[in-house]
Amino acid sequence: MADNREFFYRRLHSLLGVIPVGLFLVQHLVVNHFATRGEEAFNNASHFMENLPFRYLLEAFIIFLPLLFHAIYGLYIAFTAKNNAGRYGFFRNWMFFLQRVSGVITLVFIAWHVWETRIQAMLGANVDYQMMADIFSNPFMIGFYIVGVISTVFHFANGLWSFCVSWGITISPRSQRIMTFVTMGIFVALSIVGLRAIFAFV
Amino acid sequence: MSENKTVRFIITRQDTLDSAPYEEEFVLPYRPNMNVISALMEIQRNPVNAKGEKTTPIAWDMNCLEEVCGACSMVINGKPRQSCTALVDKLEQPVRLAPMSTFPVIRDLQVDRSRMFDSLKRVKAWIPIDGTYDLGAGPRMPERKRQWAYELSKCMTCGVCLEACPNVNSKSDFIGPQSLSQVRLFNAHPTGAMNKDERLHTIMGDGGLANCGNSQNCVQSCPKGIPLTTSIAALNRDTTIQSFRDFFGSDYQVD
Repeated sequence: MADNREFFYRRLHSLLGVIPVGLFLVQHLVVNHFATRGEEAFNNASHFMENLPFRYLLEAFIIFLPLLFHAIYGLYIAFTAKNNAGRYGFFRNWMFFLQRVSGVITLVFIAWHVWETRIQAMLGANVDYQMMADIFSNPFMIGFYIVGVISTVFHFANGLWSFCVSWGITISPRSQRIMTFVTMGIFVALSIVGLRAIFAFV
Repeated sequence: MSENKTVRFIITRQDTLDSAPYEEEFVLPYRPNMNVISALMEIQRNPVNAKGEKTTPIAWDMNCLEEVCGACSMVINGKPRQSCTALVDKLEQPVRLAPMSTFPVIRDLQVDRSRMFDSLKRVKAWIPIDGTYDLGAGPRMPERKRQWAYELSKCMTCGVCLEACPNVNSKSDFIGPQSLSQVRLFNAHPTGAMNKDERLHTIMGDGGLANCGNSQNCVQSCPKGIPLTTSIAALNRDTTIQSFRDFFGSDYQVD
């Protein structure tokens, strides 16, 4: 990366992962959770989101553009690392490795998920409870979504940890350690939210 | 009894800068309290490998022999560390020695560490005190701050943190933890702080601070126990503030 833009790109990458992409993820998981209250509740919630004013602007600037930058620059970051968790089996080094692995898995998952829902909606399909129930009639897809959701949530939670370090919020080893517990708590909590939604369609 | 006892060494060797590395095995007579360097010296005295063939002595760097100069770093049984403090009694047999792969190998276990010294020049890791006239005494440094800074000043440029870092490799131009922590040291000095913004701007450049991926291997591996990741996180805060100051504007460069 020429012209000393690397610092800016890295910080932008870190910021976009939390705001807006991370916030969107949490909102998405919460809306999905309506599925646990039945078909009608889910359909109402998803139609409310669908009918938000300025939908295309919101989608472009809160979801797709930030996500695209985060994904492409993230791939570049992931592939410039020479992982060595086998030789240096420290906890944080494993998290470093898992952050990169989960990033790639999440990218594959999201690409497929966008194709299956948003692009299909553009092609005229109706995105509702029934659509997800149809997808999950295939046991392989249940497995794929479970892996995808857990990987996404992990990448977000652990990304919050490194966000706090990258911006100089958590400096002391103690604050970083506490943040590890907080972010892993977020990982578990959001995983439950995500998995409950998946099983509500099955 | 100890006459019959031997120790085995498997050493990754390389004859020239560009030649392919190869392994050579040595069996040495055991002596109590021997360290890796005394073993290498033994090979120097009698350069015969385990097959009984005469070979060239191993090339390696060393200087202080008490873990303060950083010259004798090498990868011992998979971990980068100083060979002077690597006691053979505490190592698993056979002892595997290899050069630190992050650095260009000159010969055998001898590597070229100059990239770290170049980094120190790049980040201006010194206190500028020269002028065209006597500048007088600088501002005083609080004693407790000096004691804290002393820990950062223990860095001996040994290269272990760069070797352990997954983001310091041939695909990236990351400067590495060693010189970053020195930026924090010299920015903390009352006189050094007068050029704080220059050092911060250097590490905000390409291959700088932002390349850290927080694997935190450096702080786990540092033989001097320097709080490298605390330094990096503190610099993350300093550069955040510096970048806001740069963008939103201020009519002065440094406090």
